[in-house]
Amino acid sequence: MVTATETKKVQIEVFRQDTPESTPYWEKFEVNYRPNMNVISALMEIRQNPVNTDGKATTPVAWDMSCLEEVCGACSMVINGKPRQSCSALIDQLTQPIQLAPMKTFPVVRDLQVDRTRMFDSLKKVKAWVPIDGSYDLGEGPRMPERKRQWAYELSKCMTCGVCLEACPNVNSGASFMGPAPLSQVRLFNAHPTGSMNKDERLNAIMGDGGLANCGNAQNCVVACPKGIPLTTSIAALNRDTTVQMFKNFFGSDHMVD
Amino acid sequence: MSKDREFYLRRLHSLLGIIPVGLFLTQHLIINHFATKGAEAFNGATHFMESLPFLIFLEIFVIYLPLMFHAFYGIYIAFTAKNNPKNFGTLRNYLFILQRFTGIFLVVFIAWHVFETRFQVAIGAKEVNFNMMVDILSNPWMLGFYIVGVISATFHLANGIWSFLVSWGITQSPKSQQVATYVTLAIFLALSVVGVQALLAFV
Repeated sequence: MVTATETKKVQIEVFRQDTPESTPYWEKFEVNYRPNMNVISALMEIRQNPVNTDGKATTPVAWDMSCLEEVCGACSMVINGKPRQSCSALIDQLTQPIQLAPMKTFPVVRDLQVDRTRMFDSLKKVKAWVPIDGSYDLGEGPRMPERKRQWAYELSKCMTCGVCLEACPNVNSGASFMGPAPLSQVRLFNAHPTGSMNKDERLNAIMGDGGLANCGNAQNCVVACPKGIPLTTSIAALNRDTTVQMFKNFFGSDHMVD
Repeated sequence: MSKDREFYLRRLHSLLGIIPVGLFLTQHLIINHFATKGAEAFNGATHFMESLPFLIFLEIFVIYLPLMFHAFYGIYIAFTAKNNPKNFGTLRNYLFILQRFTGIFLVVFIAWHVFETRFQVAIGAKEVNFNMMVDILSNPWMLGFYIVGVISATFHLANGIWSFLVSWGITQSPKSQQVATYVTLAIFLALSVVGVQALLAFV
């Protein structure tokens, strides 16, 4: 039985790019099958012996990874057309040849490595945090209702992996849309009892350039999200909040944060 | 055009699609339906519409300006999308793409329709009546063009109502969005029947 598994091969095609500006190209590889392989262990096999199917020695494929348990988001790539994490993509469940491509919504660094800086810039732009720093002890914040905590917890599972941006037709080089992930974080931090004390600032941020209004409701994001975050519900909820905020901004209100 | 005004322009685009453009389309298709009751009924209805006081202002502020903003900003929106139905073959993704395709087609169709039934009338080359539509639709290609145009318009409106409900934050839960899908489907079917029946009455 050992010899049988040793002779089994896995066909892998990688959409490679040597530098951020160079022309990408497909390169085919064949690696020995092992039980329970994932895409990352297959890529590690290629790295051990970087020879393509033509028998030509090539450079090892570059990719990002960190946690290997689908919580960090670093190893996201497009696998057989679908953006997802390569650590949780099992070889046994994929159609061969397995096609690996970088998430082209982001600038490609090399091969399957992309630069997700724009997502972190967006999180800064929408103030996706609870500001508690001050010159004196602010004491305890208000309590959060338990049932609210439960749905807000789901939103906190976002790992900024970029899959929803890759899936969204309105996030591309021709548009400034920040994408669903940072928007949903606004809903998370506005749901927090202390965070909501700055909710108008976050809402006004997503009412600016590249913000909420760019959503076209294709709803690919919620299908693609590996963490099952209700992104389209978040977007609709923010649509309602910004509708109210828009009227408050224009007509004036003493209730910007409550 | 400042990108910071994007939010308001998008909201205006969404609102104008329903009020007044969507309301006007519904009213237009219903008036057209008089054609199924014969030439006299249709001519009476169009004559009533044409005899409305301040007609030119009504046309400019209720139809032309809102429609032109919706059309031109819509073209910009349609061309900023990068469609991906191959990787995400869900109903919503197809409707998203169809909304953009029907939008572009409607710009062409409505431009032609306005030229044929408004501009040519305004310069005195034609008169709006039952026979004018009989003339236009006697060409089978034109009949096809008009049927596709009417169905594109009813689809674009019905799906636009769905998007309006989400964009203004009315339907938030997946359940309410699903119900809105069924309701807007019914609106699409009903308006399509009304619109196409009227067209076929001229044939």
